[in-house]
Formats: sequence, structure tokens, C-alpha cells
Amino acid sequence: MPSPYTEFHPRWYRARVSTWWWLGRWPYLRFILRELTSLAVAYFVGLTLFQLHALSQGPAAYGRFQETLRLPWMLALHFVALLFVLYHTITWFNLAPKAMAVRLGGRRVPDLLVAAPNYVLWLAASAGLAWLLLRG
Amino acid sequence: MAGRSNDPFFWGLFSAGGVVAAFLIPAHLLLFAFAFPLGWLDAPSYARLLELVRTPWARLYLFALCSLPLFHWAHRFRFTLYDGLQIKHLNEVIFAFCYGGALAGTATAAYLLWSI
Repeated sequence: MPSPYTEFHPRWYRARVSTWWWLGRWPYLRFILRELTSLAVAYFVGLTLFQLHALSQGPAAYGRFQETLRLPWMLALHFVALLFVLYHTITWFNLAPKAMAVRLGGRRVPDLLVAAPNYVLWLAASAGLAWLLLRG
Repeated sequence: MAGRSNDPFFWGLFSAGGVVAAFLIPAHLLLFAFAFPLGWLDAPSYARLLELVRTPWARLYLFALCSLPLFHWAHRFRFTLYDGLQIKHLNEVIFAFCYGGALAGTATAAYLLWSI
């Protein structure tokens, strides 16, 4: 909104920033893409709630839920969701060395080594989940 | 400034949800949205899955898996709208939409996991 001119408080000079400011440069776009990963996270929770609902309605309802997941557009949607979720995981894990600088013997531990335990734990958790679902 | 800010509380939920999402969602999505529907791996039977979900640990696990990432979304999406689209003047509406959504999702998860 325009501010009135007064003697002691001249009109603000504020350059209008475009709504699409983040499209201009790759680091800005990367930032917005990272922020948008939260949509894929929320989508996943919605999908899981639908799955639990179908599970509670009996085998026929759960079968229909599984059929839906095989639709090509569903697979395409989930592929995009998976890419965003993986981007969240990677950017989240790589924040660890930025959040805490680990020093050993007066020297800073390389970023890669600080982030590495996250990836190891991630693989272990994923393998544990797969084992639980696949056994017997 | 009067009063204490609630930010640390919401940021804590954002952070906890971010950790849960980062560690667990990719494997869930890969298994349930690709490996099972496309037949790469044998999907657990309906009876087996239901039995598994009904154990107390699985209920707690699934509750955390649904609730915390929703609060992560609420915080992050709120600031995406503020910064990305510069709609800070809709502050209250966005706040209610994001955290209201996270609360509604949490309540739905609690209900489903309780009654399943």
C-alpha cells in the first residue's frame, strides 16, 4: 500500500519482489524445491491413512486399494513423490555437519564423515522395515 | 515483545517430523507404492498385515509415522507460502490451515489405529 509523504518520514522505497523470484537462479529454485518436499511428506501420510482405512474395511476394500496403486497415473504420481521424499532425506542428512562441527584432536571432522552415520542408520532402518514386512 | 514465543515448540515438532520422514518414508513408499504393486517383491497378505498393524508397537510406530511428519509439513509449508509466494498478510489463515490440517490428520490416525 502507498505510504503518504511526510516531512520526517519520506515514502518508503521498496522494490517490489516478484512472486516468482525463486525461478531466476538455481540455488533459489533448489531452496524452493527443498521446501516443497513437505508436500510429498504430507501426501505420503494421507496415502498411509487411506491404506489403514482400507485395511480396517476388510480384504475386499484392501484389494481395491492395492488395485488403485497399480494405475499408471498413480505410479507416476508416486514416482514424483519418491523423488521429492528422497530429496528431503538427502538434504536433511547433509544438514548434520552444518548444524554441528565435530572436532577430533583439534581438527574438524570432514562433513562427509559427520553425515555418513545418518546414511548407515537409514539403510539399517529401511532393511529392518523390509525384513519385518517380508518374513513369513 | 510481550509473551513468550511458541516458535521453539513448533520448531521441535518440525525437526522431529523431519527426522522421522527422512529415515522412514522412502522405504515405506518404495515398498508399498512400487515393490508390492509391481510385483518386485511378494506383498504381505491381508491377514498378515492386519495382524502386524494390530500389535501395540506397530500402532505406536504408525502413529508417530503419521503425526510427526504432518507437523513437519505444517511448519515447512507455512514458511514456503510466506517466503515463496510472499503472502505474509494471510498469516492467521495459513497458520490455521497448516496446523489445523496436522491436528486433523493426527486425530484421524489415532482413530484409525485405535479402532482397527
